[in-house]
Amino acid sequence: MTAERKPGFSTLAIHAGAQPDPATGARATPIYQTTSYVFDDVEHAAALFNLETFGNIYTRITNPTQAVLEERVAALEGGTAGLAVASGHAAQALVFHTLLEPGDEFISARQLYGGSINQFTHSFKKCDWHVRWADTTDPDSFRAALSPKTKAIFVESIANPGGIITDIEGVAAVAKEAGVPLIVDNTLATPYLIRPIEHGADIIVHSLTKFLGGHGNSIGGAIVDCGTFDWLKSGRYPTLSAPCPSYHDITLAETFGNFAFAIACRVLALRDLGPAISPFNAFLILTGIETLPLRMQRHCDNALAVATWLARHDKIAWVNYAGLAGNEFHAAHQRYCPKGAGAVFTFGLKGGYEAGIALVSNVKLFSHLANIGDTRSLIIHPASTTHRQLTDEQRERAGAGPEVVRLSVGLEDVEDIIADLDQALAAG
Amino acid sequence: MNHDAYSDAYIRDILTRYRTIAMVGASPNTSRPSHFAMKYLKAKGFRVIPVNPGQAGKEILGERVYASLGEIEEKVDIVDIFRASGAALAITSEAIAIGARVVWMQLGVRNDDAARLAEEAGLQVVMNRCPKIEYGRLSGELSWAGVNSRRLSSKRPLLGAKGVQHRVLAPKA
Repeated sequence: MTAERKPGFSTLAIHAGAQPDPATGARATPIYQTTSYVFDDVEHAAALFNLETFGNIYTRITNPTQAVLEERVAALEGGTAGLAVASGHAAQALVFHTLLEPGDEFISARQLYGGSINQFTHSFKKCDWHVRWADTTDPDSFRAALSPKTKAIFVESIANPGGIITDIEGVAAVAKEAGVPLIVDNTLATPYLIRPIEHGADIIVHSLTKFLGGHGNSIGGAIVDCGTFDWLKSGRYPTLSAPCPSYHDITLAETFGNFAFAIACRVLALRDLGPAISPFNAFLILTGIETLPLRMQRHCDNALAVATWLARHDKIAWVNYAGLAGNEFHAAHQRYCPKGAGAVFTFGLKGGYEAGIALVSNVKLFSHLANIGDTRSLIIHPASTTHRQLTDEQRERAGAGPEVVRLSVGLEDVEDIIADLDQALAAG
Repeated sequence: MNHDAYSDAYIRDILTRYRTIAMVGASPNTSRPSHFAMKYLKAKGFRVIPVNPGQAGKEILGERVYASLGEIEEKVDIVDIFRASGAALAITSEAIAIGARVVWMQLGVRNDDAARLAEEAGLQVVMNRCPKIEYGRLSGELSWAGVNSRRLSSKRPLLGAKGVQHRVLAPKA
């Protein structure tokens, strides 16, 4: 028996999940813009509803365009299965809906995207799910936050907005000791830079809106099941390990083995909460992913050049980019993502809050908006925008103090990106 | 044979070459994975013969249940073991005795002694895999559920007679 060749990352980015269309031979993945799919007969319909056979019923749950995107993201991450949903926030909501029961707790790194801090702190409380915060730079702080009610640990691989690279293996060891799954938000790194599964993650979430889609045109999210957590052995996650009353008492972990988590998120949480991705968005994101390796490397190369230039500028107090030698997370960057430290980072202006406002007002090429991971270079002053709803203390802890500006470095000529910052700082 | 990583070609060959499966541990309970697998494989054109001493003489999905492999009168190609790993050695001896060509142990079932015994007798062995999942994975049906099939192809998938929601496994990828 000859060994089968394992395709490389760029090949997967173009081909994984996609075959020529069976009905027409179309080579690009068609946009299946339909709500529903006809049944062959009554028995086929029953088998689909019972989860006895594979197939499509209704686009809230599955769609052939979406399915290609799901398999592609799962393949790039090295997971067993994927699920694409309406947004990164929807992905998080579905993951926790599948894992938690009322009264349960989870531990999250406090260095997070501001929107996730809001979701975890306020919305989740309405479901009686409770977050305990830890410090993503200190795996021991997760151990200290453990309680008998802890059901999961959540971190960002590269934390937004602070440019921190998490010691995923350190946190994974705590999760393993506690017998709970580790969830890694891999949005800022993408699997091109970091594959969390190789460092002990059990579940990966993405905002596909950012570097995976990469063109600032479509909102989407994804969940990847790493297939590493034994739900039956744990017995603490009844959605997976107990008979499921809305599917004739099948036990999902028994029926679907090492991709049961992704199936549970789809056939229960997505079915019942409903944040489906549109087929058109799935198509645009899929097209974006085909060039992910090329784009991500250029994003990182441009970001390093911009960070190096800023670090020498006399109006800049500090630059927090792990790609810079001497940065606190430079060693973690070399260990976890040697190809690049990402394209999102923060820096501090000596002029504080007012200088931050002036800079975002004076740029001409950078766009002042609340997104990251676009072909275009983006700038934001978190204290006055994304992190505005937080308290002063939460802002400081999230790395979003008054003097902080965040960049998402785009794919323009790097000389033009630097020239724009140069003129905007001079004008301020 | 490396039983930790089978090639797709090895699995595909087994699932396209043989048609008759004796399923040891087939359950009449419609919520059990063995029932799901039996129903799916029958829909894909396999002849599936249930073996379960507790159900002997009754029917599962319209097929007569046998108490043991030895009682089956027709030729069996694949013996699919839906039992605890410890039971696999004795079942494998019976599989060899009835002239089966493949011993297939379900997801979560692995018995290396049984595998050695079967291979020494010239049988092919698959452990810790589900034929339903493998059929769905290699035909592309499982990809509709976002599952990473770990295969790439620039060829059009092969459709079954019933249309696009039914794919069949081609002998070659």
